[in-house]
Amino acid sequence: MLKLKTAASLMALGLCLVATQGMAAGGGTQLEKADIDPDNKSSLQRGARNFMNYCSGCHSAQYVRYNTIGKYLGLSEEQLIDNLMFNAEKTFETIRATMPTDDAARWYGVAPPDLSLMARAKGADYVFNFLKGFYVSESSPTGVDNLVLAGTSMPHVLWELQGYQTANFSTHNNDDGSVEKTFEGFEVLSAGSMDAEDYDEFVRDTVNFLAYIAEPIRSDRRKLGVWVLMYLIFFFILASMLKKQIWKDVN
Amino acid sequence: MARIEAEVGKPQGGFVKWIDDRFPMTATLKYHVTEYYASKNFNWRYIFGVLAFVVLVIQLLTGIFLTMNYKPAAADAFASVEYIMRDVEWGWLIRYMHSTGASFFFVVVYLHMFRAMLYGSYKKPRELIWLIGMLIFFVLMAEGFAGYLLPWGQMSYWGAQVIISLFGAIPWVGEAIVEIIRGDYSISDITLNRFFALHVIVLPLALIGLVFVHIVALHEVGSNNPDGIDIKKNKDANGKPLDGVAFHPYHTSKDLVGIIVFLMIFSGVVFFAPDMGGMFLEHANFEPANLTATPEHIAPVWYYTPYYAILRAVPDKLWGFILFAMAVVLPVFLPWLDRCRVRSIRYRGWMYKTALSVFVVTFISLGWLGLQPATGTYVLLARIFSVLYFAFFLLMPFYTAMDKTKPVPDRVVYHA
Repeated sequence: MLKLKTAASLMALGLCLVATQGMAAGGGTQLEKADIDPDNKSSLQRGARNFMNYCSGCHSAQYVRYNTIGKYLGLSEEQLIDNLMFNAEKTFETIRATMPTDDAARWYGVAPPDLSLMARAKGADYVFNFLKGFYVSESSPTGVDNLVLAGTSMPHVLWELQGYQTANFSTHNNDDGSVEKTFEGFEVLSAGSMDAEDYDEFVRDTVNFLAYIAEPIRSDRRKLGVWVLMYLIFFFILASMLKKQIWKDVN
Repeated sequence: MARIEAEVGKPQGGFVKWIDDRFPMTATLKYHVTEYYASKNFNWRYIFGVLAFVVLVIQLLTGIFLTMNYKPAAADAFASVEYIMRDVEWGWLIRYMHSTGASFFFVVVYLHMFRAMLYGSYKKPRELIWLIGMLIFFVLMAEGFAGYLLPWGQMSYWGAQVIISLFGAIPWVGEAIVEIIRGDYSISDITLNRFFALHVIVLPLALIGLVFVHIVALHEVGSNNPDGIDIKKNKDANGKPLDGVAFHPYHTSKDLVGIIVFLMIFSGVVFFAPDMGGMFLEHANFEPANLTATPEHIAPVWYYTPYYAILRAVPDKLWGFILFAMAVVLPVFLPWLDRCRVRSIRYRGWMYKTALSVFVVTFISLGWLGLQPATGTYVLLARIFSVLYFAFFLLMPFYTAMDKTKPVPDRVVYHA
């Protein structure tokens, strides 16, 4: 009997192990936590502003409708039209990029990807580190490279805010003759209009918004989930009583 | 006279009799429900068959609503899934239930099979139930595989690419088989269309038919129990097994409690962690299929990974495929590999108990290894566990025959 229980608990343990492993799996480099707060509506509003001002020129969010955002962020139709809709007329429209995709593909070699699901495909931490990870690189056509996505075609759009930085690497010769580069830290080359803390906050708000548009239903489903579980607990009590009643003559 | 005339043609026995004269309704209900006796000492491990049925119903119902909004075309599929997630009323719930249901189908079926191994439920006279069950499992694997291509994400595409190309390892006819499965020279719109047909018509029909036969076969011989005792040997004066209680209302009321507990766990995933950290919905599948960019790391969904780990443990492509196929098929032979005369693990010796414990660890470890990149230590571990996996089955005729068993009681162990 003991063995049975051991086997069963081993199985359960294994399942948990597999589950946590899956969650831990991610990019190769150590990523700084984005630490976003999906319930902070003002952060999301600032993120929406940032997105429309800095991202939507080149990137679309083709599955996201303006009125969905407006409803969730508590913005009126006028507020939406006046503050967020630069290239759309009706609030039910989805977010298109201002720059034509075909031209973009020709200019940059690759079309800027749609951002509807970016935070879900790559993870909020990844996007957070990507937006903070541009550094000056002479060999790159845009003048910058990225620590998270080496060789990216994206220029440092936020340079006015962050300024420019260089990345320090230490090189290490492996036994097999290959050279290993280890990232040692950034160094400010020229300051932007924001200090490091404000820039982090700016990026955090933007990433928060990207995480929101990746799954707009997230907060609704969690709220509903609580009710569903409460209902099931109540139902469980009733069903247990019914079972007890029916089984009382079995011995 | 007048009274008799009035009664001519008036049905005797009401509506139920009218039906029963034309269709065996009452008899069927009695045989399968109200007078189907199963042991009163079922423990919680006996819930998984019922749960598999519950998940089947969830998948069928949510599947119907998904097909109403999904577009099986390479150009539209990904966008139509997002349309369901964002614009269709309650579409997100239906989709999450379906995607979570797919993983839970395998959780429940694996545990159902493990229960059978604990209590020797596949042993005589239940070999056919086990065989039909294995067929259900194969169809389920195909169903899950076909379904995974439909969202047309990166992992849908490249996962299918890897798995379908496995068949290319078969000598001479391999490439032809691969082409027949794909219907094209690469995975394309045509492949998506035929996988959709398989996923929503062919395989569900097969599944429903097989589940029906599975239950009919079970009710013919009767359910096993944690003691592995034939309860039909001890009957009362009315021919009712002394250790049995009727499926309805006894087992139904008990199962209801189990179903609710299951629904709590299920809802926990659907509402609070629908992607299970990339286990149930893989991150890369939130990017549309891109034929020119291979994802960094291709891993099938978790329920195939034990077999996938075995495949990758073998350096040779053909042998890898053979061992992979053998790993999937071997459990079919359990009723004949197991030479022990005692069914339940409760009365078996230490050898089977040890073997089964090692097997559980092996299976879970292989599942975990199948999710990791195939490098260095991982491959070595996968090879060790592959050997253990096959040893469990191939050595079974020996250790089950040698094992010392304990005496089996006449009546089931039950504490009210």
